[in-house]
Formats: sequence, structure tokens, C-alpha cells
Amino acid sequence: MGVSLPTPKFMFWKNLGRSWYKFSRNRLSVVGLVIVLVVIVSAIFAPWITPYPEHAGPFVDFANAELRPSLRYLCGTDNMGRDIFSRIIFAFQDALLMAIVVLGLAVPLGVLLGLLAGYFQGRWADTIIMRITDIFLAVPPLILALAVAAMLKPNLMNSMIAITVMWWPWYTRLLYGTASSIKNEYFVIAAELTGANKFHIIFREILPNCLSPIFTKVALDVGWVILLEASLSFVGLGQQPPTPALGQMVSDGARYMPTYWWMTIFPALAIVFILLGFNLMGDGIRDMLETSRG
Amino acid sequence: METKENVLLDIKDLHTWYRVYGGYLKVLNGINLIVREGERVSLVGEAGCGKTTTMKSILRILPPGDFLIPKGEICYRGKDILKMNSREIQRLRSQEIAMIFQDPTAALNSVFTIGTQIGDVVKYSLALEEKRVHKEKIKMLSVKALKEVSLPDPERMLVNYPFQLSGGMRQRVCIAMAISSSRNLLIADEPGTSLDVTIQDQILRLLREIVEKKGTSIILITHSLGVAREMTDRIYVMYAGTIVETALTKDLFKNPVHPYTKGLLASVPKLSGGGLAKGIPGRIPDYLNPPQGCRFQPRCEYATPSCVETPPQLFEVEKGHLVACYLAQR
Amino acid sequence: MTQLGNNEILKAVNLKKYFRIGKDKKGPIFVRAVDGVNFSIRYGETLGLVGESGSGKSTIAYTVVGMYGPTSGQVLFKDQDIGMKAVRRPLSLKKEIQIVFQDPSSSLNPEQTIEQILSLPLRLHTRTPNRQFKEKMIELLEKVELPSEYLYKFPSSIGGGEKQMVAIARALASNPSLIVLDEPTSALDVSIQAKVINKLMNLQKELHLTYLFITHDLSLMRNVASRIAIMYLGKICEVADTATFFEKPLHPYTQMLISSVPVITEEEEKLKPKKVVSIGEIGSPVNPPSGCSFHPRCPYRMPICSEVDPEMIEVFPEHTVRCHLFSRPEETGSKGV
Repeated sequence: MGVSLPTPKFMFWKNLGRSWYKFSRNRLSVVGLVIVLVVIVSAIFAPWITPYPEHAGPFVDFANAELRPSLRYLCGTDNMGRDIFSRIIFAFQDALLMAIVVLGLAVPLGVLLGLLAGYFQGRWADTIIMRITDIFLAVPPLILALAVAAMLKPNLMNSMIAITVMWWPWYTRLLYGTASSIKNEYFVIAAELTGANKFHIIFREILPNCLSPIFTKVALDVGWVILLEASLSFVGLGQQPPTPALGQMVSDGARYMPTYWWMTIFPALAIVFILLGFNLMGDGIRDMLETSRG
Repeated sequence: METKENVLLDIKDLHTWYRVYGGYLKVLNGINLIVREGERVSLVGEAGCGKTTTMKSILRILPPGDFLIPKGEICYRGKDILKMNSREIQRLRSQEIAMIFQDPTAALNSVFTIGTQIGDVVKYSLALEEKRVHKEKIKMLSVKALKEVSLPDPERMLVNYPFQLSGGMRQRVCIAMAISSSRNLLIADEPGTSLDVTIQDQILRLLREIVEKKGTSIILITHSLGVAREMTDRIYVMYAGTIVETALTKDLFKNPVHPYTKGLLASVPKLSGGGLAKGIPGRIPDYLNPPQGCRFQPRCEYATPSCVETPPQLFEVEKGHLVACYLAQR
Repeated sequence: MTQLGNNEILKAVNLKKYFRIGKDKKGPIFVRAVDGVNFSIRYGETLGLVGESGSGKSTIAYTVVGMYGPTSGQVLFKDQDIGMKAVRRPLSLKKEIQIVFQDPSSSLNPEQTIEQILSLPLRLHTRTPNRQFKEKMIELLEKVELPSEYLYKFPSSIGGGEKQMVAIARALASNPSLIVLDEPTSALDVSIQAKVINKLMNLQKELHLTYLFITHDLSLMRNVASRIAIMYLGKICEVADTATFFEKPLHPYTQMLISSVPVITEEEEKLKPKKVVSIGEIGSPVNPPSGCSFHPRCPYRMPICSEVDPEMIEVFPEHTVRCHLFSRPEETGSKGV
């Protein structure tokens, strides 16, 4: 008959296998996962795997400037003689760091506000939180980020702040919808009827059921945060030279188009590559976490 | 009559599997079912026994890519449905066999009027034969179908949307769609289960009337033995993807043989009182690794070693009454 | 304020629950879910509440348990007026009245293990020290005949009947006196229903529980309830003890409902009133028919039925009906029965 002994550890591995099955049904999701892993691994091991790690810092070699892509310089060199390939890999580091910090701050904040607004739907907490959220959402994201970044000194930290400021409302909006509908499920009502306090209801009953959309969105958002960071560094905000940043490299190389095309095209392709990877992986994560409800 | 001519549907040894993590859910394990012209047959079983899968296999509406039919045939008037090409299937679905789904609210599209939806059904049932179908003709046939299901003011009904109708009326519309053109076989999946008891009674009476009047065959899928008893002449009792017993309705209730049938009959609460039996212990088998022998054996109090090894075949205990149980063969 | 009889655990007095769903020119529009209901439940019995959609039976259940507060009228429980939502009720009251919902898949949190689900009421309502928590939970599972390994399982990995057993165990965790059962087996298969119902009946005897049992399944009600009240569009039509309810149903709606039940034996067929066959649609609780709300579908309808709503009358001892057929002849001009 097969009544298994479900110790927590056993359940974990069994669920992992099933989760992988659901994830890998779509081939493209696996491609996305591979891309993401490549990006993460190369970012972590950048100093050791890039051919010219020192080019990611203050380095000039005008003798080798503006060289075409070759076996020696895989993506060619820029106007200061730096290897573009190595700089791209190093740029991954800040891009990922940016995503981690931004999402690490914006997600808990946005989720908390959304949970509260959703649970107290119809009451003053809902109104206050959601109207503030609406205000933030009404401003075009890039403009808001630019404004904040311009007000502060242009550096990596401040561009992180700028992006965080415009990112949390999306999670609030997401959680508001999810929490307010879960609030009416019978298991929440059952907990309320038996006397559970609000903390228990919000964090032990409602929140665990909101995790799937959150994780899916986080996976996709990494790509979008990186894109936004590239937009900021494209206009000179965010990470400052000589530390490489993808947007900055695109913008620097733009004026050399079309002759020295590689100086802009490769960083741009890198951005596309990252975004593609996270989007495809995000689809897979959504499939994996999908629970048919009701 | 055992003549070959009036056999409408003949399912032979059907096996249907679903592809999942870890292998296949071997849901159907050799289904044999026959429906003749003008017959009313029911497929009775509890949740998870495979009756919906059987019905989906007949109409070939199983989720594409996720299923496998390793063995078996479904012959409609002699032709195997499983081997039909898309044109033949389309003809089958639009002219021969009609489905009445369980939940009328989900079966109707909420953004189109009743007139559009029933009109579509009529149009496609005629389209294979007539190149262009006149709008007037469609309307006339739609109104005719709605009249047959006793819907008040059918002309006005055509412009209504599903949300404007009660559950009972929606179910009648679904039935109207199914009978809008002359079909030979109706498959009704738990008709009325999602409705109130008094309304369900009306719907079942309506269905019986229509079937009798038009001589259509019907396969009624239900979990309620009471409904099967009131509506049909012959019953197939299904458990875990196998037909465990089949007989004429009166014979089945008078003389149930299979332990599952007996257990089921005993578990049904009686209007006349008397308390409940203890039910049937255990659960339906894991379709991923189903028992090798009889699928009911793990829950059966009469199980013998031979029940564990090989699944019993259907065995005739009296005329027209077959049981898949070694117990019956003694 | 009305008092409870000395063997009554719960009493509803002229209970009304209206839901506002908007307004039109004439004023606000209400769904009259429960429209003036009187009933009482005695210690240790199972009162069955039966009806179709719009009857108000679930609303009554939810009001008793505190999901809704009454629009007017009283609900008395053990000498306390409990006519308020659960948030306003003292913890000691929440301990006493528990509910088992219809669909165990949505009444158990899919992201919690059985252990977590059971620990909430244990934590809130009992003084079990932490060390003995697991023991207590295993005890609860044993009461509903589930193995102890189930503590680590999630609801999605156990069957419907077993889920419902968990819901029952959860209800028992606080040692309640009254359990409201809202269609507890409607979502389950017949073979599993029998098991769950038997367990409920045994538990009732063992733990001296009182049940308010709600279902639309009359055959089930026959074997479960000691007294039955049938409802239509927010009002009670008839109350009687179980045997009488089925053998001598007085109200035409009762007869109609009984005659619509699909049965499997000849014996049951004989019980079904042949004269009242189901016709017509169930009325709307927003705009119920005038007078007696059942009159459009009633084969015994008289002129007075569309004008005046009948009163509840005790026709035989312990057998009350709300129908003009049984009103005093001088009021209706009819011969009564």
C-alpha cells in the first residue's frame, strides 16, 4: 500500500524531485536556469576566470585600444585599451549585488505593507497604505529613479536606494491582492473563529500561502532590477568609472558606433542575456510553484 | 439482443495512463463497456475511479501530451475512435456524440449570449453537410431545442447571458445544446449534482423524457446509485479503473455480487433509516504503482492469494450480469 | 430576555440576518438570508437543519459560530447572549463552540502541517505544557483513527476523508460542548462518508457532544439527526423528530423534498410522497414571494397563501409546522387538516 514515513528530511528530497520535474517540463526554463547559473558563477569567480581581471580597475593601455574582437580579447578592447569581456564579467558582480540589495530591502517592505493593507482591507490602514503605494506607482519608474539618484551623489549605493524606493510598491500591490483574497478562505476563518490573534493570522496563516507569487516575481525582478541599474548607469548615475557597469559601458561605446561596434554591442548583448535568463527561469519557477487553488 | 448491428459504442480493454512525475498514473486498467441503440446505461463509481477519464477518452479530450493509451479500442459503430483522423473526430463530436458536462456554469461561456452559444453548436453540427447555413435556420433550430427542454420564453432566452439564469436553467441550456441536432449518443456527466435536490429531480426527469422520446442512447456518469437506479436500465460499477460489476439495474440491486458493490450499497444512507454501515476501509490505490492483481483486493475482506496475483476477468453469474471477482466464480 | 429551558444548550429567538447588497430607488436591497427563525437545541442531541440553496441554513450555522452577528433577534448559549461576531466573544466561548466546514481542502491551511494545524487550538484553549504537546496531538489523532505519522504531513498528501477527520480533530482539540457541522460529508464519497459519520456519532456519545448538523442530503439526515428542522428561503417550515419527519411530513415543501431524493430500495420508494412532485424554481432571498414564500410552487396553495405569511403552529406534540393548511380554520377559511 505504500504508506511512507514522512520525516521532514525525506519530504524535502521527495519534493525537490517533484519540483524539478515541474520546472523542467518546459525546456526553455532549463535554458534560463543555465544562463542564470553561468552569470552567477562567473560573477563570483570573476577574478579567477577572466583573462584580464586588472582591466576592471584603473588600467590604461592605449597601445591596445580599440582592437577588434579576437582570440586574445574575446570582445575586443575599449578606448582605454581594456578588455571588454573581462569588464563585462566584473560588471555582473555589481549588477547582482544591486539586485540582491534592492530586492532584499524592497521585498520585505513591500510584502509587509501589502499584507497589512490586504488584511485590513476596507479599513484606514488599507486606505493609507494603498494610496501611498498608488502615488509611487503613478510616477514613471525610470523618472523616479533618475530623480532620486540625481538628488544624491552619483554612486552605486545611492542608485540602489533610488531603485529600492521605486520597487517596493509593486510587491505591496501584489500582496494586497493575494492577501485580501486568502483572507476569505475557510482556513483563515477557522483560525479566527478559534481565537488566533492578528499576528498569527497574518504571518502564520496568510503569508505562507502568498509565497509562490512572491518567489516567482523575485526571480523575474532580478533581471528587471539589473536592467534598471543599466539604465541609470547609462546616464552616468550609479556605479562610477573605472568600475565597470553594463549601462555605462553601453553608453561609453555608443559614440564609437558603427566603426568600433563591439564596444557597445557586447555589453548590450550581456544585458539581454541576463534578462533573458531570468525571464525564462522565472517562467519555470512559476510552473514549479503553481498550485491549482480551489 | 446480442446482434452486432445495433451496438453503438463498444469499448474494448481500454487502458488510459497519465504522465506524471515518477512515471505513469495507470488509471484505466482494461475497461469493457457496450452501449446499444436506444439503451440507457450508467457508469457508477466514486471520485477517482476513472469514470471521467473514460468519458474523456471516448471523446478524445484528454490533455494532449500528458496521456497514453497503450492498449484498447473504442469502437463507434465499428470504427475505432482512437484511430480516427481529425475530420472524422469532428464529425463524431458534432453529429454523433454529445456531452453534457457536470457544472453548467463552467460549461457555458459567460461572455456570450445563450443564442450565440447554442447557435454555434447548431451551426457546426450542420456545417459538415451544408456549406453555408442560413441564420434563420440556426435560430429556428435553437428555439426548437430550447423548447424541448421546457425553458420558458425561448425566443427571449436567446439574448440572455448565462449569469442571468439560475443553475437549473443553465443545465437545461446545456441539455438543449446537446440535443439540438439529432445525436445518437449522449454522455451526461453527473447531471444535476451541482444543483439543489428538487431541481436535480426536475433535470433528471427531463433527461429521461427526452431520451425516451428521441430514442437516443445515453451514458450517465454518476456517483449516486440512486440516480443510476432511477434513470437507467443497465449499470456498470467502476472501481479504480476497472469495471467490477455490470448488470441490468433490477438485477444489480436485487443480487449484488462484487464485494465493492455490496460495500457501496451498504454505505448509502437509507431514507427509511437503519443507521449506516461502517463504509469501506482503506483508500483507492496509488495509480502510480497499482496492485498487480485485483485492484480492490487491499480493501477486500474476502481476499484470497489468487486475488493478489492476477486481476480477475469479468465472469457471467447470470444472464447479462457480469462480475470481475474470483469469489463469483466459485 | 428569554431564558433557556433547563435542558437546552442553544436557543435562537426570532433570529434575523440580512445582508445588504446595494440599493434602488425604494431604499436599500437586502438578502434576507435568515428571516425570523426560532429553534432550540437540547444537550446531547443532534439537531438537523435541512434545506436547499437560499434556505439560510449555512447562515444560521455561521451566526451561531460567530462569523456573522445577527441583524436582529437573539442567540442564547448556556445563559449567555452570543449574538455577536467571534472577535467580540470571550475566548472561553470560542472554546465551547466549534465548527467543521464542508470542504476540508479549503478549511485546512495547505501550507501547514497537521501538527501546526492542531497546535493552534491546543495552544489557545488548553493549558498543555510544551513537553506534552506532541502527546496530546497524537491522542487527538487517535480519537479520529489517524496514525501519528500524519502529524508531519500536509493536507494535500492525504485523502478527503482523512482531511475531514483532521478538521474534526481540530474541532475536538478545545473540548467543546457544541459542534456545528456544515455539510461535513458533502464533498466526500459515499464509502468514506459512512466512516466519517460513524466516527462523529461515536464521538458524540463518548464525549457528550451536542451537534448542529446541516446538510441537504435527506437520506443522511435520517440516520444522523434526532430532530430535524427544514428551511426554505430563510424561514423554518417544519420541525419534528426524525421518525415523524419522514413518516408523517406535514409541510408541502417537506413532502416535495422527500419525493425528490434518489433512493436505492423499494422500502425507501414507499416512503416518498407521490403526490408532491418538484416543480418551479427556488425563489430568490432578495425578493421572496409575498405571503408564504413557498406558495408559487405549492400544489395546495390557497388564496390566503399569497397574502399572509403563516405562523409556526404546534400541530402535534413536538411537531411544528408553518403552513396555512394547519392554521386555525376561522383564520384561513379552510378546513385545515
